[in-house]
This record gives sequence, C-alpha cells and structure tokens, in this order.
Amino acid sequence: MSHSAPGLNYLNHAKGFKSWALSLDHKRIGVMYMVAVSLAFLAGGILAILVRLELLGPGETIMGPDAYNQSFTLHAVLMIFAFIIPAIPAVMGNFVLPIQVGAKDVAFPRLNLASFYIYLIGAAIAMTALVNGRIDGGWTFYAPYSTSIGNGILWVTSGVFVMGFSSILTGLNFIVTVHKMRAPGLTWNRLPLFIWSIYATSIVQVLATPVIGITVLLLFLEKALSIGIFDPALGGDPVLFQHFFWFYSHPAVYIMILPAFGVISDLMGTFSRHQVSGYKFVALSSVAIAFLGFLVWGHHMFVSGQSAVSSIVFSLITYLIGIPTGVKVINWVQTMYKGSVQLKSPMLYAIMFLFTFSIGGFTGIMLGVLAIDVHLHDTYFVVAHFHYVMMGGNVIAALGGLHYWWPKMFGKMYNEFLAKIAAALVFIGFNVTFFPQFILGAQGMPRRYYDYLPEYEGLHALSTYGSWILASGLFLIAGYLIASFFTGKKAGLNPWGALTLEWTHTTTPPDHHNFHDTPVVTRGAYDFHLAGHLFEHGGEVTELDLGGDGAGTVPAEAPLPKEPAL
Amino acid sequence: MGDNGSVWLPDPGTALAGEVDSLFWFVFWTSTIMFAMVILAKVYFMLKYKRTDERDVPAPVEESKVLEAAWIVVPTILVLIVFTWGFDVFVKLSSAPPDAYQVNVRAQQWSWEFAYDEGATSYTELYVPVGRPVKLNMTSADVLHSFYVPSFRVKHDVIPNRYTSVWFQAEEPGEYDIHCTEYCGTQHSGMNAKVVAVSEEDFAMWIAEQSQDLPPAVLGQQVFAQCQACHSVDGTPGIGPSLAGIYGKEHSFTDGTSTVVDDDYLLESIINPMAKIREGYQPVMPAGFSALSQKQLDGLVAYIKSLE
Repeated sequence: MSHSAPGLNYLNHAKGFKSWALSLDHKRIGVMYMVAVSLAFLAGGILAILVRLELLGPGETIMGPDAYNQSFTLHAVLMIFAFIIPAIPAVMGNFVLPIQVGAKDVAFPRLNLASFYIYLIGAAIAMTALVNGRIDGGWTFYAPYSTSIGNGILWVTSGVFVMGFSSILTGLNFIVTVHKMRAPGLTWNRLPLFIWSIYATSIVQVLATPVIGITVLLLFLEKALSIGIFDPALGGDPVLFQHFFWFYSHPAVYIMILPAFGVISDLMGTFSRHQVSGYKFVALSSVAIAFLGFLVWGHHMFVSGQSAVSSIVFSLITYLIGIPTGVKVINWVQTMYKGSVQLKSPMLYAIMFLFTFSIGGFTGIMLGVLAIDVHLHDTYFVVAHFHYVMMGGNVIAALGGLHYWWPKMFGKMYNEFLAKIAAALVFIGFNVTFFPQFILGAQGMPRRYYDYLPEYEGLHALSTYGSWILASGLFLIAGYLIASFFTGKKAGLNPWGALTLEWTHTTTPPDHHNFHDTPVVTRGAYDFHLAGHLFEHGGEVTELDLGGDGAGTVPAEAPLPKEPAL
Repeated sequence: MGDNGSVWLPDPGTALAGEVDSLFWFVFWTSTIMFAMVILAKVYFMLKYKRTDERDVPAPVEESKVLEAAWIVVPTILVLIVFTWGFDVFVKLSSAPPDAYQVNVRAQQWSWEFAYDEGATSYTELYVPVGRPVKLNMTSADVLHSFYVPSFRVKHDVIPNRYTSVWFQAEEPGEYDIHCTEYCGTQHSGMNAKVVAVSEEDFAMWIAEQSQDLPPAVLGQQVFAQCQACHSVDGTPGIGPSLAGIYGKEHSFTDGTSTVVDDDYLLESIINPMAKIREGYQPVMPAGFSALSQKQLDGLVAYIKSLE
C-alpha cells in the first residue's frame, strides 16, 4: 500500500479552483459532472413538482396554460438531455470505468475535460431559452408547431446540438479506453458488466447522436432560410421530422437505460456475492440491444401517418428487443439464487429496480401491440410507461450506484438507517405518483393537458400526493449524503466486499493516479468463489487484494491469461 | 374513472373497441402473472439466501441450458401471439368499410370543424348515425393535431396538406368525448368535442335542419363554438377578451391607440387578429379564421353584436 504519500488522494493532492477546473483526472471530472447533473436534476425536479401541483385539480391551480406548457417542456428537456443522458455514463462512467479496466485515466484525458465544458456550454445555451421566448410542446419538438413559435426553440435545440458533441466525445473516449487500456489479464470475459454496458452505450452515443445534430441543423435551415423541409406551409413533410427525431431518440432511450443495466449487474453480483447469472448473455445482449435499438424508431409513430406496413414491421422488431431485456431481468433475479444476499441500501435500489423496471417493461410490451397502441398513444399510459423505464430504471439504478460508489468517491459512509428510510420513501412515492397514470391513460386522459375532465381528478390528485412523498425521499438522500462529508464514518477500502478493481486495488478515496502498479487481473469480476481469502475474517474487507505479495506482481499459480477470447 | 366501464378502460362504444379490450386484457393478465412470478421469486430468494455468515462465499451455480432456453422460447411465443392478434385488430381499425358514411374533419388551433356531405357543418358536436360505419376524412389548417375518441379506441394524427382517416361504428346512442392528443399550443387541452350518436331517423332530421338557411346570428352562434376555448360570452376573462356587450364600447390597444367596436373592427379582428391587440392580452390568436366563408363571417359579426 505504499502509494505516493500517506493520506494523499485524488481529492486533496492539489487544492484550489484551478486544480479542479483544469483537472484532467477522470475522477475529478466525474465529480464535477456529478455536481452539474445534480443541479440539472434539482431544476428539472422542481419543475416536475410544479407541474404535478398544477394538475392537482382541473382548471387553473397555480399557473396559467402557457406557464404550464413551458414548465413540462423544460422539465423534459432538462431531465433528458442535461440529466439522464449524462447521469450514469458521465458521472459513474468517468469515475469508475478507467479504474475498473485498471487504467490510470481514460484514453484521451484532455478530450474528457473538453466534453465536460461542452456539456456546460450546451446546457447554458438551452437554458437561455427561458429568456429568449417561449418553448412549449414537449421535448419532441414536432414540426410544424415547433417552427411556428418564435426563436426560443432555436436556442433549446442549439443547446441540445452542443450537448450532443459532449455525448459523442465521451462515448468515443470510453470505447477507446475499453479497447486499448485494459489491465493485463482483464479479458472481455472478465470485464465487469458495468463496463460492458457503458461500452454498448458509447456505441449508441457515437452512432446516433449525429442524427439529432442533423435534425436540429435542418430545423435551423428551415427557420432561418425558409427552406421547406418539415413545415407543410413551405412544402415540407412534418412526418419526416418525426422519423428523424425518433431515429435518434429511440436509440437515445438505450443511452439512458443500458448504463442502468450495468449498475444493476454490479450491484446484484456484489450484494449476492455470486456470479451474475448468464454473464455472457447479459454482456452481449447489451451490445445486441444497442444495434437493434436503431431499427425500432417507428413504434413511436403508429398513428402518425406512416404507412400501416411500416407500423407492422416496427411492431415486430420491437419484440426482438423486448425478449433479451426480459431475460436480463430473470438473470438478475437468478443471481440471488443460492447466493449470499446482503440488503444494504445500494442493493435495496437494485431490488426496487427489478420491480419498477419490470412494470416499465411489461407496459412497453402492451404499447408495442399495434391495436392497443392506437388507444394508448399520447395518453398518460405512455407518460407512466416511460417514467417507469426512465425513472424506475435509470434514476433508481443511478441512486443505487451513487450509494454503492459514494464511500469510494469521498471516503465517507452515509447514515445507512436514513438511507433505508429514504429508499422506502422513494419506492412508495414513485409508485403512488406514476401508477395511477397508467389507469388515467387507459381511461383516455391525453398527455400534455393543462386542464382535464372532472372524472380524472381523483387519480391526478393521488399522483400529485405521490410526488410529494417522492420529493421528500430525494431531499432526504441529498441531506444525508451532504451530511456524510461532516459527520460520516471513514469508509473502509472495500466495505461491500466487491471484486472489481476500484475496490480491490485502490485506496479509499483512490490515489491521484489510481494504482501504484498496473494491476494484474486473475479472475472474473464476479468470481467470488476464487476470492474466498478476502472474506476469511468476516466483516467488511479491509485489505487490498493485490494478488500474492501485495505489490501487484502475479502469483505463480495464476499465469497471465491469454489474449481476449470471445 | 367513468360511471361505466372497468377501472382500467372506459365502456367500449363500438364492437371493434370490444376486440381491442379483449387483447388488452390478454396482455394485462399474462403480464401480471409473469410479473408476479418474477417478484415472488425475487422476494423468496432475498429471504431464503439472506447472508447469515460474513465469511460465506457461495459456490457458482451450474446454469441450466434448458431453463435458459425456456425463458427465451416461452416469452417469444407469447409476444408472437400478441403481435399477430394486435396486427389483425390493427388492420380492422385501419380499413374502413367501403360503404362508410364520410364526414370531412378540419382541425385548427383549437377547434374541430365537421363538414357533412349534405351541406351541414358542426363544430363542438360530431353527429353520427348509430349502426352505420362512419369514416372521418381529416386534415389540419395549421399544426399537427390528433383525433381521439377513448370510448371507440380510435386515434389518428391530423396533418396539414394531407388527408388521414379513422373510422368507427357507434353501437349505442349517446355522447362520447373527443380529445386532441397531439400538442398544438396554449389551448391544446381545451380542444375537445363530442361524438353525438343518434338513431338514423334523428340523424336525418338533424341533417335536414342544419342544411336550411339560418338567420345570420343563429349561424354565427354555431360558428362561435370554435371560439369558445378562448372567448367567453358572459364576461369571464379567458385567453382572449370576453365578448359580452362589447359592441359600441371603446377598446384600447397595446400600441396606445383605441377604437369604438363596430362591424369593421369585429371583422378585422377575426380575419387579421394581429392588427390590433387588446390591452392586457397576448397576441396569440390563430390566423386560421380568415378561411371562414363570407356567410359565416357575417354570421359571427351578427352574433357578437347581439351579445349583451
């Protein structure tokens, strides 16, 4: 454990604003992203509370229709582009991925810092829409409405365009890092599933994001030069806009959900102290989903005016993606079978994920059925479905990951009792908020409605009450995490008994350069049965597992594995 | 929740809606059973394999190829069933019978206009005969809209410069809500109407009544249905100013000028709403009303004049 100097780590080896703002350290960049996306989540969350408050009763409750329409639009734009897309890859991916592959940093550290600033600039441009005119109509910006409402839309879409570059560059960086910088012995078969999923996500980021860039450029050209592309008044085709939009935005759904799969796999493995069931299937199906994700965009358009034949084909392919996703859920459940399950707060989120994400998945199957989608399209059923997938999937997984890696990131434990209370509040609040929306939608309540028929009032009110429970859970989390800096117990090296390199080969918090010596990997990420010696003393694991003599040299009985075989 | 129907779905108003519902319930119950199995297994494993000894390192489990295959094959068969079933009902929903009675629908911010072959036009109510298939031939005057009748389980986007259609055959006389389900601006949630299904005889009578020449103010009152989302006639302020008793009064505008409300001013405000913006209001009125016929415009002016 003779790292640079005792007591020095990535947080305190250099001080001052510049040492952060110009840091090329992937861990510091990850922490800066964490602050930025948390602020976006807070802003988007406050808007969500206001939107729900307005819907407490029919008619005007706290704001007029224009304020409402802009609130839900900004809520969606912030949550999707400034929070969910960067949340897991840019925060946890940045912090954890290079350590998990056994590297000192990502492949292109300068590019990594540039991505962060590009993200900030993009988010700032999008926010200027607040003062540059109205933006309403939801995050989909369907033409010709979006081109008819003044120039606010150009600011928002420019912001999205700029943030897209951040997404592309981060993805590129991770792909190269995973391919070229894995530690000796870390074959593809031994990679943590978190890496596999971030890798699959990166592929989608690099391939899909340019399409939203192109779409935004075309929208720009149409508005600035009156070239008819989407607006029928100029001879354009509004359905074409929807094809462009969903050709990016459906794969983007996988940018949002694949990283969650990775976090859940790591949590299930570690807290069951067991091999993740169907490892190869879980790993490769993420990559398969990443590619298939490009072929199903038309299922957002069953009633939009695309041909019936297209709709039928898109419905069929949608199921091709549904099956592997369902099998993954079964694999996660099966990981606990004959395992050793410990219900610490990160694991509670993984368990919660299996519940909420499964509901999101099954209702997705419902929406993929052509005849049923005709009824449910653009109703609250869809709103509930994507909140179950995005929030019940991505956000719950992100909270699990945050609780899991927090001790490693900051060297402090949070209050576990409060964490369990908060997890219960989040679970109850989430379901009370969004489950009633399934029923509202099936009853025929359209989405993006400021006002509604009196018969929907009961369920809308229930949903609003749920949002208060959910918010109290989230604020509680923020509270005890911040408190952990001041009153938290010092975190050990490996409090959860995990086997990935960030736990077994780095100090807490990690050293500025992650590792003193290049780690050598001699087992798979979840081969707990090969690491029995770590758990011999019971309790939490308190020593690094540097393999043999503790200096990173390979023990004689574990020869260097051959090149990746897959 | 409505007075009729189940907790989940409103009472079906057409035979085809009943078919959609059967499919809905099949997916609902298969999903619920599978979901319950996943959750039960999860909770059972959580409790059964709870860690009791910190030194415990369980051995890996031999994975069963048969089980793995079953998890892929069984759901695949199930989704192929629902796909085929959904495909079948979708084709029925998309193919109107050739003898369907056709109504032309024109959507605009934020109202519906229903034009019947016999010459009648209606706005907040779409009259249809019970027991006869009705095909709506729809287009939009401005942005995207979407025509949705929850009770009939039909929905289709309404697009400018193009016709799209839905069809249905109401089984029982009654009123069924129509909503716009594609976001279209400030009053999107106010863009509602009703399907009024009546017997063949009542429908014939209604059509005959509507097609006669009406006095201008009565025609104007009908046309005014499109304006109600924003303008009240009883003094209540809305998105736009109330039109109660404005004729002959002095109006002041955002540019500081003012005028006395007369016929010319009313006409101008309808066909060119941006010309003069009333003080205290936003310039948000759609321009589409200039497409009304001269007779309809005359009617509107006469009706607004008559308001007290």
